[in-house]
Amino acid sequence: MDIRSAAIDFGLLTPHLVIAVAAMAILLLGNMVRNRGLMTVLSVGAMAVGMIYGVMQWAAPQSGFYGMVAIDNFSVFFSIIFISTGIMAILMSRDYLVAKNIDSHEYNVLIMFATVGMMLMASSTDLLVIFLGLEIMSVPLYVMAGMARRDNFSGESGIKYFIIGAFASGFLVYGIALIYGATGTTDLRRILADFTFLKMQSEMLLYSGAIMVLAAFSFKVAVVPFHMWVPDVYEGAPTPVTGYFSVGPKAAGFAALFRIFVFGFGQFSDLTMVFWILAVLTMTVGNILAIFQNNIKRMLAYSSIAHAGYVMVALTTGGQGAVSSAVYYLAAYMFFNLGAFAIITMIDCRTGSNNQIDGIKGLSGRHPYLASVLTLFMFALAGFPPTAGFMGKFFIFSEAIKNGYVWLTVIAILNSLISVYYYLRVVVAAFFMKSDKDFLPVTYRPAMFIVLLITVAGTLVLGVIPQIWVELARLSMFSIF
Amino acid sequence: MIPITHYLILSAMLFAIGVTGVIISRNLIIMFMSIEVMLNAANLAIIAFSRSLNLMDGHVFVFLVMAVAAAEAAVGLAIIINLFRNRESINADTFSLMKR
Repeated sequence: MDIRSAAIDFGLLTPHLVIAVAAMAILLLGNMVRNRGLMTVLSVGAMAVGMIYGVMQWAAPQSGFYGMVAIDNFSVFFSIIFISTGIMAILMSRDYLVAKNIDSHEYNVLIMFATVGMMLMASSTDLLVIFLGLEIMSVPLYVMAGMARRDNFSGESGIKYFIIGAFASGFLVYGIALIYGATGTTDLRRILADFTFLKMQSEMLLYSGAIMVLAAFSFKVAVVPFHMWVPDVYEGAPTPVTGYFSVGPKAAGFAALFRIFVFGFGQFSDLTMVFWILAVLTMTVGNILAIFQNNIKRMLAYSSIAHAGYVMVALTTGGQGAVSSAVYYLAAYMFFNLGAFAIITMIDCRTGSNNQIDGIKGLSGRHPYLASVLTLFMFALAGFPPTAGFMGKFFIFSEAIKNGYVWLTVIAILNSLISVYYYLRVVVAAFFMKSDKDFLPVTYRPAMFIVLLITVAGTLVLGVIPQIWVELARLSMFSIF
Repeated sequence: MIPITHYLILSAMLFAIGVTGVIISRNLIIMFMSIEVMLNAANLAIIAFSRSLNLMDGHVFVFLVMAVAAAEAAVGLAIIINLFRNRESINADTFSLMKR
């Protein structure tokens, strides 16, 4: 039987399918083979193969499955972000899972399934497929949050994430239903084609649908009125999982937001005002609340809200230039945020750690290199040159100014200034504070070492020679629908 | 024939009941049920639109939403059972370890 046809071409989804099939195979194999290290190598290998297939789709835009799947540079760029995040998350989880006695091969498989969901979200212009991708991503994430079954914090984190996530899905489905009622289709390209006519005919339905979809994605990427769950979920989840949450799902949510709102409903001029308010609220609330946190995971949770706010600035600006700057920012954010979480995971692997900022007092005395790397990541998060964090913010803000959003940029810059305070608190604790008891040594393992190497290299390379990466981010807008 | 507005009003009411249930209920199972009500309200709206526009793809959409709801139910109930084993409670107010 020949399953290849013009409309249904599975070759289009090769990267997704490679990872999904490998994940299922590893799920089965893991029950028979007890060697967890081997399973990890297999998962990372499968993800790497998926990434190679993904890269091969660069610069060859095509669409298939009756217009439901669109592979273009945008989706390829995001797929690479998701797969790298997944690989790094798997690597940095190894020692933590063993140390906390929650090691199981399903963990890697869950990350792989979540990655497939994210890739599907980025590579579709159909609301139905975006919804499916979102669910394929979310369901494994609920499990991962509650992965440490005997830990009450983890269980609490899992249930909170689940209830909020499912609640948001309800809004998303209802929003899609309203848009479907207004337009008779879920394909964004077809909606866009006769947008003026549809808007005239059923503006109310289209509007309320778009707002509900926006609310649902705001929950997922933690934009401010919908952010209440973030600190608790991030604090309670196992540390490497928190790192994964703060990068992968966020980038996926923004990929979908860009598809739907910048390229789809961008013609609703009133929505820009809504985005403006959301961006300002998200940055300000995230940064101000982060100041008062003593738990480092909780602090980074609020910091991730603030970073979502900076990306919202790009969403407000709209247009291809702003979106490409946001794409660059999300790639940079992946490196330095995962790097910061990798170090926190290393510290958290020791027995009796409680993730307090006070807990890293005296880090520089025992591990000078680790302390300097942590400082690098904190500087990148705060947006100091010559790190990737600076260049990312620079591109987003310059695009906003170019398009006349001066006040928004001023507020964003003031917010970055506030953020310097709480990031430097970590640096000060690591370097200048004396702890009354000795700092328990941290063990370096090869998997973690690779993650640190990649994240440090990424943070510096994207910051020092940004031209190539900016060019790539700009090319990712090539032939977007 | 019943006009589409009736279906839409019913679905909007169901959705509102679901949202209210999630917000005011303190029992995790009831919150979870309310979420299912929200999803089914959306399904009803899709089917009503699909029927009135004479389009078939809405029917497919509803099946997908139902499949997703089933997957969510499997994971959600597992999480709730695990919580109950550890804490012997499914009252949402008991899960406030991180509120300080």
